[in-house]
Amino acid sequence: MGDIKFEIDGKTVTADPGMTVLEAAQKEGIYIPTLCHHEKLEPFGGCRLCIVEVEDRGWTKYVVSCVFPAAKDIIVRTRSEKVDRLRKTIIELLMAHAPDAPDLVTLAKEYNADPNRYERSASFCIHCGLCVRYCAEVAGKNAIGFVDRGINKEISFVPDIAAQVCNDCKECFPLCPTSYLQAAFVYTQALSFPDAAKTEQSAGK
Amino acid sequence: MDIEKVDQIIDKHNGEPSNLLQIMLDIQKENNWLSKQALARVSEKLSVPLTRIQHIATFYKAFSLVPKGRHKVHICVGTACHVRGATRILDTVEDATGIKPGETDLDLKFSLETVNCLGCCALGPVMEVDGKVHGKMSPVKTAQALKTYE
Repeated sequence: MGDIKFEIDGKTVTADPGMTVLEAAQKEGIYIPTLCHHEKLEPFGGCRLCIVEVEDRGWTKYVVSCVFPAAKDIIVRTRSEKVDRLRKTIIELLMAHAPDAPDLVTLAKEYNADPNRYERSASFCIHCGLCVRYCAEVAGKNAIGFVDRGINKEISFVPDIAAQVCNDCKECFPLCPTSYLQAAFVYTQALSFPDAAKTEQSAGK
Repeated sequence: MDIEKVDQIIDKHNGEPSNLLQIMLDIQKENNWLSKQALARVSEKLSVPLTRIQHIATFYKAFSLVPKGRHKVHICVGTACHVRGATRILDTVEDATGIKPGETDLDLKFSLETVNCLGCCALGPVMEVDGKVHGKMSPVKTAQALKTYE
């Protein structure tokens, strides 16, 4: 255990083979901001916020720490002028989609990001994949997935499956950094499996 | 498309989940589109979640989740074809078939799409029907060419 020795922000840390830089940092209590990381899920590399500077044999590169495997003798810097600048831009880009997401607002203050730098296209989903991956990997229900690609990519419930399992689960709801997931669920529910009790209630009025 | 045909295609690929894409392509080729029933059957037989199949089916343009016509008409609206009058060709096809790009007519005869370049700009304006290229089209020639398809 703890075979790999390397340095994060001047502190020597150890990691097991197969661990990522982010996991090693979190184990040591070093904070790296993330939006798409979840300890129960496989690394995804979706939000890119955990970008760090890695110096390996004299070469400096910028990598996403949640998918970068810990390696011997690398020097990791979680904050530097360039890392901060990169993160600022990433936050600004994400904010074009979800301007009011609490996590993003907090990060924007810290990194001095301008929420209005890019033209807004409020899709509210930032494609962190937490709901999709949680449903597939932990809940094992596969009720929600991605559809389409590129700028048209969005999350979508499979109505037949969602009608059966979602009302008793909803474990993915608190994971969503923007609340778009809840909106998508209500939308799917209203279209394909409206709550029978509620419909009767309002019909009785 | 009946379920037996879907089962045959799945069996042809030994029911391997790694052959999912090929199975979907075969169903698309056989039926011209991927029906909900067919995809549900594939999901069940290969034990691949429907969300994954849905992701793949919406990712590739080769797949269609709505019925497509027997003949696929592609009108090139790339720069070269555009300056040679592709819009007039497109108008002619729209008039003749009664559908707009992305649509399919009611008797499933034609599906119309615009494309950005077919790679034969010297033949512009170009119309492609079921892979066959019709070059140097005029509105009259276009209407005549469409009549030859049943």
